[in-house]
Amino acid sequence: MNDSLVVQLIASGMFFGTPILFAALGELLGERGGVLNLGVEGMMLMGAVAAVWTTTMVTGNRTVVLFVAIFVAVVAGMLTATLFAFTVITVGANQLIAGLAIWIMSGALGLSSYLASAGDLTGQRALVTFSRINVFGLQDVPIAGPIFFHHNALVYLSWLFVALVHFYLYRTRWGLNLRAVGEDPRAADALGISVVRYRYIHTLLGGAGAGLGGAFFALALSPVFVEGVTAGFGWIAIALVIFAFWKPVPLMLGAYLFGLLAGLGVNLQARGMAVASEVFNAIPYLMTIAALVLASSLWARARPATPKSLGLSYSREAH
Amino acid sequence: MPAWASFAVPFISTAAAAALLAVLLAATGEDPIATYTRMFKIAFVGADSISATLTAATPIMLTGLAIAVSFRMKAWNLGGEGQLYVAAAAAAAVGIALGDSPIGLAVLAMIAAGAVAGALWVLGPSILRVRLHTTELLTTLMLNYVAALLLLYLIFSSSSYVRDTSPAALVYPQGKAIGESAAWPSVTIGEIVLPLGYLIGLASAVTLYVCMRFTRFGFFIRVIGDASATARYAGIRTNRVFLIVMLLSGALAGLAGASQIGDFSHTLEPRGLVSAQYAWTGVIVALIASLNPLGVVVTSFMVGGLRSAGFELQSSQFPSGLIGTMEGLILWCIAIGLVLVHFRITRSSGLAQERDRKAVVQPVEAQPAHGTGILPSENGKL
Repeated sequence: MNDSLVVQLIASGMFFGTPILFAALGELLGERGGVLNLGVEGMMLMGAVAAVWTTTMVTGNRTVVLFVAIFVAVVAGMLTATLFAFTVITVGANQLIAGLAIWIMSGALGLSSYLASAGDLTGQRALVTFSRINVFGLQDVPIAGPIFFHHNALVYLSWLFVALVHFYLYRTRWGLNLRAVGEDPRAADALGISVVRYRYIHTLLGGAGAGLGGAFFALALSPVFVEGVTAGFGWIAIALVIFAFWKPVPLMLGAYLFGLLAGLGVNLQARGMAVASEVFNAIPYLMTIAALVLASSLWARARPATPKSLGLSYSREAH
Repeated sequence: MPAWASFAVPFISTAAAAALLAVLLAATGEDPIATYTRMFKIAFVGADSISATLTAATPIMLTGLAIAVSFRMKAWNLGGEGQLYVAAAAAAAVGIALGDSPIGLAVLAMIAAGAVAGALWVLGPSILRVRLHTTELLTTLMLNYVAALLLLYLIFSSSSYVRDTSPAALVYPQGKAIGESAAWPSVTIGEIVLPLGYLIGLASAVTLYVCMRFTRFGFFIRVIGDASATARYAGIRTNRVFLIVMLLSGALAGLAGASQIGDFSHTLEPRGLVSAQYAWTGVIVALIASLNPLGVVVTSFMVGGLRSAGFELQSSQFPSGLIGTMEGLILWCIAIGLVLVHFRITRSSGLAQERDRKAVVQPVEAQPAHGTGILPSENGKL
């Protein structure tokens, strides 16, 4: 039963969806504070190259190396995000232009590829990778085994993050403040909430999420670094935040839906279905468009909350 | 933005980006000054260098114009890459089909095929935006990946019309070469070669400039870009203008794809086209030029030089990825520079603005000071 296509698809959907989920959770936090970060894809690539580089540099216990690699990838994502945050929060530059600049600067044609070729990492296989854990020895339980108890550690970490982000947004004062900043920075400022600090912290968390998503590519999914290895998953993450109406739990379901579509080709080909891989690979991108259409038409009826200051810079002096 | 600023901001930004990149070069063990000197020589010294720079500048100028016209009315066509790819495929197919026809016919048909294919590739997202308010920023972008996969499919995974199916090409799949009479002619001035695609780009730039500056349609584009609510209030049919501008933008990016086949490669090369990322560079040159079509001619020449030098140096000790880093850095500096200029102006004319605001009736849609209009907002919908 555990070999049936449906179970396999769901399990692989969770696997392929995890990098999207990490990146999208980070993007969600930033957007809830009113910062639209279009540089996610670039930040993911920085995380991916940093993770592969770390595995070639650090030797020792496998768990330690993986910890260090994740840490370095998160730092790489956050450093890139710092550059972006400075531009759009401190300087107040146009978020769209700054985001595109960050994507081009660090993306497939830019810094991530430069660092990879300078460090001789292009085509480099990560020397240490994540492997699946047999949680509580339950991996062979019918249906639930492959879906819940047989993933790598990062998948479980992402579940923790979803719960944390949900709790943070809706059950803590900081989460409330963040949402206030995203809705109406002027009112939040008048209440004594530091708009700048909130936006910086959550844009950096966005970079951390993207770096982690990139590390997932480099250490589990790919696990080879090539130019543009993240293949547009960062952009899908941005679309997913819209599709999930800026809510963490729907975000998780959406990420797994896209993961399922991304893994469809691999699964069907493993069962001897002879369709060109390009056809399957195109499905996630086409479905992203479908999801955006769905979101925009649902929108017309339900009017869910887009953070009202999304994409707008805030300065106390401007009126 | 005052005239001096549209020159000063790009220049200072480029200099700042070069300085930042020098730090990066030095950090990874390269000599920045020697590298820059070599790049300048390869890009701009001598007729051959200029010709190579023009070759690199051709697709960048055309995609830059595509961006300039769409961004001016805040229509975010980020699908230039995809439009370029499918147009290249269409032009290759036409070039193969009409390879033996009289020279003018094949070339004209390829130009038309490229423009139409590019426009068709952006038609879907444009209609979705107009009908359902689906953000074209992400839908056009997603189609880039689909178009790249389509090209890979045509060459590597199918026996399509544009693939070379002769036994010799079985080892490594490649595109079929277009017919001899389908190769685009070029003009030689002195020793400098001007590809036909470049001339088309020049003509498009001038036409666009005149259109934007002096025609009613261009005025509509500018009004919609600056204040879309005002434009609707004034009775401009914003949806229709949006559709036309998007199709025009797609057609321009498509011309870049057709020129890649007709002028340069003469066969469909998916990997080369995808890794070149011309349309993203088009975004850069358009924004450096403050979306002025004539400015795009200048900036695409400069960035084309950067590209050509990077391509030339790439094989030796010059790591790939440096060009994109440089391009991104320039854009990043410009994003900052634009704010600094804006800030200076609002400060110096604050009193006048205060007076104006009191005198003029409240605008229909309040425009925040800067950074507005990132996501298409049609009554707050994406």
